[in-house]
Amino acid sequence: MKGILLTGDKPIIPEGTKMVPVYIMGKKYDVPETLTIQKALEYAGYQLIRGCGCRGGICGACATVYRIMGDHKLYFGLACQTVVKENMVLTQIPFYPYKRRIHDIDNLEPTAETMAKIYPEIMKCVGCNTCTRACPMEIKVMDYINAAIRGDIERCAKLSLDCILCGLCTSRCPAQITHYNVGMLARRLTGAKIFKSAEHLKARVQEIQSGKYEPFLRELIEASEEELKRRYVEEREWEPLDSKEKGWKPQDQRYL
Amino acid sequence: MSGYPESLRESIKLVEKTRAERVEKAKRGEIFKPLTMEQRKEVLSKFHPDYMEGTKRVVNVGPDKGEMFPNELADLLEAHSRINPKDFDLNNYDLETDVLVIGGGGAGSSAAIMAAYQGARVILATKLRHGDANTVMAEGGIQAADQEVDSPYYHFLDTMGGGHFLNDRKIVASLTSDAPIIASWLEKLGMMFDKYPDGRMKVRHGGGTCRKRMHSCGDMTGSEIMRVLRDEVRNHPDKIEVIEFSPAVELLLDENGRCAGAILYNLETEEYIVVKAKAVIMATGGFGRLHFNGFPCTNHYGATADGIVMAYRAGIKLRFMDSVQYHPTGVVFPEQNVGLLITEKVRGLGATLLNKYGQEFVFPLEPRDVESACIIRECTERGNGVVTPTGRLGVWLDSPMIDMLEGEGTVKRELPAKYIQFIRHGIDISKEPMLIFPTIHYQNGGLWMDENARTQIEGLYSAGEVSGGVHGRNRLMGNSLLDILVFGRRAGLHAGEYVKNVKIGKLTLEHVVKYEQELEQAGIKTDRIAPMILPDYIREEVKAKEKTSRYFGTLR
Ligand SMILES: Cc1cc2nc3c(=O)[nH]c(=O)nc-3n(C[C@H](O)[C@H](O)[C@H](O)COP(=O)(O)OP(=O)(O)OC[C@H]3O[C@@H](n4cnc5c(N)ncnc54)[C@H](O)[C@@H]3O)c2cc1C
Ligand code: SF4
Ligand code: SF4
Ligand code: FES
Repeated sequence: MKGILLTGDKPIIPEGTKMVPVYIMGKKYDVPETLTIQKALEYAGYQLIRGCGCRGGICGACATVYRIMGDHKLYFGLACQTVVKENMVLTQIPFYPYKRRIHDIDNLEPTAETMAKIYPEIMKCVGCNTCTRACPMEIKVMDYINAAIRGDIERCAKLSLDCILCGLCTSRCPAQITHYNVGMLARRLTGAKIFKSAEHLKARVQEIQSGKYEPFLRELIEASEEELKRRYVEEREWEPLDSKEKGWKPQDQRYL
Repeated sequence: MSGYPESLRESIKLVEKTRAERVEKAKRGEIFKPLTMEQRKEVLSKFHPDYMEGTKRVVNVGPDKGEMFPNELADLLEAHSRINPKDFDLNNYDLETDVLVIGGGGAGSSAAIMAAYQGARVILATKLRHGDANTVMAEGGIQAADQEVDSPYYHFLDTMGGGHFLNDRKIVASLTSDAPIIASWLEKLGMMFDKYPDGRMKVRHGGGTCRKRMHSCGDMTGSEIMRVLRDEVRNHPDKIEVIEFSPAVELLLDENGRCAGAILYNLETEEYIVVKAKAVIMATGGFGRLHFNGFPCTNHYGATADGIVMAYRAGIKLRFMDSVQYHPTGVVFPEQNVGLLITEKVRGLGATLLNKYGQEFVFPLEPRDVESACIIRECTERGNGVVTPTGRLGVWLDSPMIDMLEGEGTVKRELPAKYIQFIRHGIDISKEPMLIFPTIHYQNGGLWMDENARTQIEGLYSAGEVSGGVHGRNRLMGNSLLDILVFGRRAGLHAGEYVKNVKIGKLTLEHVVKYEQELEQAGIKTDRIAPMILPDYIREEVKAKEKTSRYFGTLR
């Protein structure tokens, strides 16, 4: 497009950008130091199939483990979010075997017993905190496992809310726990059993099933385009931002 | 320490200079003047990529022969199949099932669950991991008219207005009257909706809504919906078989013209797998990775219009397929994040858009297409864009205004995912603005289907972003997450019923043979193949060195 530099998803590498060696599964490639690990893999010539999903830090497909050569420490990150470093030695862990018990959410109670029955291995947590250190989302993983053990399901749910199911915690746990499935169960139990259900929603579903809105919608389906536009422009009262505080009600209640 | 280089900091200083005054104005309720209808039309026709000359061309094959499509899509429609039908003995299929769902996003997963609830055996085949999809990326929320002051009637009106009154009205009626049923289903499955202690849903406005009906789970609404659905699929391994890394490449029909399965491609072993099915649900999502006009996109890696190509070859017409939604606020700096979405909520919370001099130039809540065109105008014709170190153009989105308007800590609380994404690059968006430019976001149109997700081919259903008609020419925020579940559910329910009585005849790929003939008759000589499956991001320099000229075995 005229006057705008557009390159699809190809990164622009300004002249003079420093090239740094990175070791993809131990093999050396020189890549521009500004790239993310994901784009460095592509720069090197890899066609990604596994280990790449949203490319935006939210799907958890691109879990990556790396060291910096000469440093004993292990680092963890998302390939799509982490910028390469000189002498990075990296591998992706696109899949890690997990445990997932089948359950029926309707027939479970949000208790410590439920958690222990479905995922008994959580009781073997040794408190090493390795899972927390591995989490690229900075989630307090050990704490949510401990909350599950104690039966504080809501806390487990809230602590694990940002989990993107990347599996890095699980790859590191000496107690062989599949943390993210524990968090998943706790969140579903919280949503379904601990949070109060929305009464207004239940009522609305009943109204819909009783056919209350069918004639209103038919009016709109059959209206001329002019009439539809007229109603759109003239008959939609705008709910103010502070409607809840004010207890706002629309004047026109014919179609509620 | 700021993640912005010196060259950008100068312009940031100008933004800071005008900030206090802008906040005062916002507090007084003064806004930048929105465009009139005529002004909107003008800026769209001159600066929106959809309306620009040279961005579209006529397609000369298939059910919409003679219609205009964006160039990059036209290329895929005028392309060869990946396979040669002669190579397949369809009497010997590899797998057999009642319902084949193609695509493991929100639409596909809800369809699979619903079909399984009906007692059907389901195969869910997906290109990447189950859940690696646009669904997981949705931040803002999902609409449903469940408050006492609202009703499906108003949701219907809002949706039509958003789509410029071109939406298929029967489909919109299904969308809006099923919405509360979907919210209630999600609640029962254990989705953690943002709620008040008494269980009432927290709802907000979205662009173009007259009542508050946007439901959310923080800024991870799509992620939460996707992981709950994916988890529920895993509760039914007896009914639903999930096959990952196996995109479909062609549909199968039977001798009576019914849809009867598909051919899958195992991305790892490079085998093709023939799946016979009594019904097929197409749920392959959108097309952002086609990078129209070279724009970056917000979409996931697999958003390559595969379902459009397959169904078009089988005879399904497309609607509104020439309409691409550009989201006004995509990242342009840091270079690592170019194209990623910055949710509309940032503007909803009060941040304004500014040019390189720190001046406002547009009302921040124009419809998405108008807002995008105004930004492009500011950067090109008016020359007021900010230039990044890599030579890209952008304008500022002044997020620090949010804390000043709504109180310290609002940015971190309301936009946690965005906050983390920028802080990783040394930018604290509660203190420094973000640099943005329009980015490809959503496929407004798609496969022709009806209010029960049926296409014109018996046994073929279409659900989610791959479908057209629901949103007309422009989608409202929060209506897509709804769309995928409403029509995923309807497709699953209908297919689940339909397969109880249907008998499938002899399988055929005759439609692919005919399509190839059409290409030839139209004089289209090309080595393009489609569906694309994955975008090609390998550098030319690397490709030039891939000089294998003879293959031995599979090593290439
Ligand atoms: C960044 C972002 C933010 C958004 N925010 C919102 C929001 O706030 N509210 C809202 O309502 N909407 C939002 N949307 C839009 C919405 O998320 C999507 O339109 C919707 O989730 C699409 O769902 P889907 O199931 O149709 O497709 P997807 O979720 O994309 O799933 C499609 C699936 O099909 C698979 N697939 C593709 N091709 C093949 C093939 N050949 N064979 C097999 N499988 C295949 C893909 O891998 C993928 O798993 C947003 C979108 C994006 C990208
Ligand atoms: S890694 Fe495993 S054992 Fe260690 S703290 Fe985490 S859950 Fe417990
Ligand atoms: S909790 Fe585990 S699976 Fe979830 S994001 Fe953190 S490391 Fe990944
Ligand atoms: S590709 Fe999705 S988190 Fe990195």
